[in-house]
Amino acid sequence: MNRKAIFYMLGLVLLLEAALMAFPLFVALGYREFPTVYAFLKTIIFCGALGGLMAFFSKTSTKFFAKEGFVIVALCWIGISLIGAIPFVLTGAIPNYVDALFETVSGFTTTGSSILTDVEALSHGLLFWRSFTHWIGGMGVLVFMLAILPKNKAYNMHLMRAESPGPQVDKLVPRVRTTAEILYGIYLAMTILLICILIMLKMPVFDAFCISFGTAGTGGFGVLNTSVGSYTAVQQVVIGFFMAAFGVNFNLYYFMLIGQWKNALRSQELHLYVGIIAVSTALITINIRFMYPGWAGALKDAFVQVSSIITTTGFSSTNFDLWPTLSRTILVLLMFCGACASSTGGGLKVSRILIGVKMVHSEVRAFIHPKSVRAIRVDGKPVSPDVRRSTSIYFIVYMIIFVFSMLVVTLDDFGLVTSFTAVAAAFNNIGPGLGVCGPIGNFSSFSILSKLVLIFDMLAGRLEIFPMLVLFAPVTWKR
Amino acid sequence: MNIIVVGCGKIGSSVAGQLSNENHNITVVDIRRSAVEAASSKYDVIGVVGNGGSSEVMKEAGVETADLLLAMTGNDELNLLSCLLGRTMGKCKTIARIKNPSYESELDVLKEQLGLAMIVNSEHMAAEEVARLVRFPMATRIDTFNKGRVELLKYRIGPNSRLSNMRISDLKRKYNVDVLVCAVERGSGENCKVTIPDGDFVLQEKDLISFATTPQRASQLVKVFGQHKGRSRSCMIVGGGDIGYYLAKQLLAMGISVTLVEKDEERCEELCQLLNGAMIIHGDAIDDSILEEEGLADMDAFVALTNMDETNILLSLFASKRSNAKRITKVHSLPIDSLIEQLDLDSIICPKSIVADNISQYVRAMENSWGSNVETMYHLIGDEVEALEFIIKGNCPLVGKRLMDLKLKKGLVIACISHGKKVLIPNGQSTFSVGDSVIVVTTRKGLNDISDILA
Repeated sequence: MNRKAIFYMLGLVLLLEAALMAFPLFVALGYREFPTVYAFLKTIIFCGALGGLMAFFSKTSTKFFAKEGFVIVALCWIGISLIGAIPFVLTGAIPNYVDALFETVSGFTTTGSSILTDVEALSHGLLFWRSFTHWIGGMGVLVFMLAILPKNKAYNMHLMRAESPGPQVDKLVPRVRTTAEILYGIYLAMTILLICILIMLKMPVFDAFCISFGTAGTGGFGVLNTSVGSYTAVQQVVIGFFMAAFGVNFNLYYFMLIGQWKNALRSQELHLYVGIIAVSTALITINIRFMYPGWAGALKDAFVQVSSIITTTGFSSTNFDLWPTLSRTILVLLMFCGACASSTGGGLKVSRILIGVKMVHSEVRAFIHPKSVRAIRVDGKPVSPDVRRSTSIYFIVYMIIFVFSMLVVTLDDFGLVTSFTAVAAAFNNIGPGLGVCGPIGNFSSFSILSKLVLIFDMLAGRLEIFPMLVLFAPVTWKR
Repeated sequence: MNIIVVGCGKIGSSVAGQLSNENHNITVVDIRRSAVEAASSKYDVIGVVGNGGSSEVMKEAGVETADLLLAMTGNDELNLLSCLLGRTMGKCKTIARIKNPSYESELDVLKEQLGLAMIVNSEHMAAEEVARLVRFPMATRIDTFNKGRVELLKYRIGPNSRLSNMRISDLKRKYNVDVLVCAVERGSGENCKVTIPDGDFVLQEKDLISFATTPQRASQLVKVFGQHKGRSRSCMIVGGGDIGYYLAKQLLAMGISVTLVEKDEERCEELCQLLNGAMIIHGDAIDDSILEEEGLADMDAFVALTNMDETNILLSLFASKRSNAKRITKVHSLPIDSLIEQLDLDSIICPKSIVADNISQYVRAMENSWGSNVETMYHLIGDEVEALEFIIKGNCPLVGKRLMDLKLKKGLVIACISHGKKVLIPNGQSTFSVGDSVIVVTTRKGLNDISDILA
């Protein structure tokens, strides 16, 4: 274990965070919210000094391998969350540090679960920071660092693999750095496009920025207590479309950019993803029709909600906790499904489900033709045994962590629905669940222990479990 | 530059790694998934699994937008097919690795008909390098520049050499020799320190020094240093593979008597027909009595070229105990790291890095039109020191300036200036004129133009 390399990367990430905190600082300055300005100023100085010292004193060796990659990613995410929570405490907006940490982790992991009862009471600077953490966390902090750092060595692929979601992370172009640049370029362009559209649709500029960050990172923090429910129907539909768009595999956008439309549109994962959205929307629309004066309203809410949940964003346009059981069940199932691989969304990922279903199919065939040699293909390409194995392992580990988290959370005695959906919402990085933690509720009433478990779940969900497991496994640290 | 490397074996991946480190965008293609995965996790390259002779695979590898295609598989025919695809599907330049000696006479035709930019034969290149070392056994390494007019010699200061404890500036005063020491390696293994020395540097015993000279002057110089061995008259080669064959042929042509030990009887008979005048011994060299029986003790040079690196190393260590021969050891698969360099192996040759250096030299020359104008390039000491040859062009800011008036960057030295056929060891009064070839030895990376040496 190359501890120096780990410290060095951690130091660099903290320096980067200090730089990124300048944005909310300027926002707070613009709104003349001086307590918030001071809180950010202090945090930036502390974070910058800490990061600078760590990077400076461990500069010697930056050569590292896969295990260091996992540990670096896990530690960096914990590190930026620990420090990102400080402004909330310093301003007194969230006096309890664990609560502030919950809010920040929820931000960086693009979950969007909140412990705040009154969001509108926060200063603009803090609201901006909350939403901005979504944007940073969406595509990944270390991927961002790979994109802006000068000349990198090959081992950085380990960082990208550990941080990017999906069963198989590949480069788009030969260089890691160029790949990271392309991904962030697409991400930035789509975010700016959304901001412009929302401003043109007459959304307040501040809201347009924050909502766009929440949509792009598929996070789900809003700036109003009603989430996106108070915006016009057109604005909601635009947000709905963009949520769905940010849940698409970003590699497909790259193929479109270089003119390989056929390759992009032929993706089986995309077909399944669009299919799930269409079918779920249709079912829910029919199911909730009786609650609305016309089809249009029902269709709008159904679409926005399906898109919000499957991409694991977690905006709510209405209180879906009041919907009939079928609709609520579909939403809970979508929570597990999640978005496409290599998108900003969370959950199990459509591609894993696709591979999983195909594996089941081929196993069943093996009962009928025991000697048949089986290959599983996605997009016409065989899925390597490694990917198949890691997919099945992922399902198992996912279940184990889910069950144990739920056991701890049930200690709070909020009932089965709340406990189940609270863990599902945190682990899949969605945000609101049902019941106490539903769209109009929040997580403030959970015990400290539950909050800590949910914090772990959020990080594990965003980093796809293994970095967190590697970090806490004793074998990693054995000399 | 976008470069496709077909074949991810030892040679392919070492070429891909070196070019990737020089900031090119590399795509590797190999039919073995494990090889592609190994290369793409080791270096910053992207991999495609598939047959490099199939147009579909080559399309996926991006042959249409590639600037250069390197076919480096162990299969000559596949390499040619890949290059053909590269030519027809894209507009890229192509380099093929051809190793079968029976195609030797066809090379020119192939190159012309298929429009190949270059044909590399790692075995032949390695044999050439060994032959140079056999001919001039005092050097541990020889790199040639300017069509062989200039050689950069690496030489270890022996126990009785006059050079030990000598200040570099005293060299010329005491012995009236014109030699410019470009790089000094001191210590071995991980403690090895590379210095580009100035006049006050004091040489010590066991230092490895590099200096530029002409082939004619080289032996004269070493005589002054007090360690002359004379040219080799006999050489023992263990391992009759392709390198062994090429080497024996070259040595025989130079009039050196060759004893070749080969394990495989059939191959021995084949070699007998191919090599007229060589002594071919059938036997396993690891059986020590064979080497001694065949006169190892009286050999001037001993070359270990079997397919097993470990065997080569052992043989070379064995030979060092039983004779005073110049020893050359082939190390191909093992990484040449500090451990191997600590062993008393005299000279090591590594075919894959010879190929990698040659290709990266070609690539830098290709960039010529895009700004770089490196003629020749060698990695002298691991990745640390490069020796580069530049040609002075008309618009060069150095033309007509005296060396003492130029302000140069740190960590580099001008080892040699050749003006036409005249080779000069530069001093403060030396000037640059158009058409000169200049050799720069440097610890800096990425010098692309002679004007880059200016501070």
